Amino acid sequence: MSFNSFSEFLAMGGHGLYVWLSYGIALAIVALNLIEPLMARKQLITDLVRRLRRESSN
Amino acid sequence: MAEKKSWLPRWFYQLASPRWCYEFMGRLLPWFGAGALLLLVAGTVWSLLYAPADYQQGNSFRIIYIHVPAAILAQSCYMLMAVAGAIGLIWKMKVADMVAKSCAPIGATIAVLALATGAIWGKPTWGAWWVWDARLTSMLVLLFLYLGVIALHSAMESDATASQATSVLALVGLVNIPIIKYSVEWWNTLHQPATFTLTEKPAMPTEMWLPLLVMVIGFYCFFAVSLMLRVRNEILRRERRASWVRTLLDKV
Repeated sequence: MSFNSFSEFLAMGGHGLYVWLSYGIALAIVALNLIEPLMARKQLITDLVRRLRRESSN
Repeated sequence: MAEKKSWLPRWFYQLASPRWCYEFMGRLLPWFGAGALLLLVAGTVWSLLYAPADYQQGNSFRIIYIHVPAAILAQSCYMLMAVAGAIGLIWKMKVADMVAKSCAPIGATIAVLALATGAIWGKPTWGAWWVWDARLTSMLVLLFLYLGVIALHSAMESDATASQATSVLALVGLVNIPIIKYSVEWWNTLHQPATFTLTEKPAMPTEMWLPLLVMVIGFYCFFAVSLMLRVRNEILRRERRASWVRTLLDKV
């Protein structure tokens, strides 16, 4: 363990802003790249099912 | 009819089948998902809490555990995009085109991550957010290549012509990859040389590079998950008239 207390961990020896900003952006970009395709899949399946129903009812 | 023996292995033809790919990726996804989660969580805890601070850079050094994996991944993703595009051009393989298309948005965001963390790391270390240095500029060109591929693809009506055009652009842009790699050797630069090389041991101590290796592999697993999710969507969209997709949708 490189830190003695939680506040020391947050401060990162005065570089807290830089370190936490980097890890924050990384989390956001990783999450975006997983959530976006999952939402797109849901939307796509809804659209395709609707189209299929419409075609089969005609 | 006598079957002609092909010099290409069987799995190559299986890869050409959208249905086979869709199902195969569906089976791979949970494993890569678990791997990505495990490695990224363990790597983050390790790099933030247990890796030692650098004797010169202090704790801002911890940004390396995001910056280096992102930079490596942004370049690997570009190479995959260009190779998949070339396979699509040569063998008219639809799935390869879909892989190439799906690489672009992931690569663009990862290139943004590499540039952003680089800028944030540069401020406390070099005293500047940005310098027009060879490594940084060639990395910015990589981002613009990704954006160009995305824009070009969306500008074209038909999937087939869009894939051809973007594949050619991606292949031409491939020249940028060795420029990024050797930029730190060819030009005088503020940027430090590569952390990992295949031939030599890393210059940093084991307790510093081991968590970095975990993060790099974790980022690759995350990339595999994101890419497979996108390719599967793309397969469903383009094969929506195929009977197997209709059967699949009937079960929803």
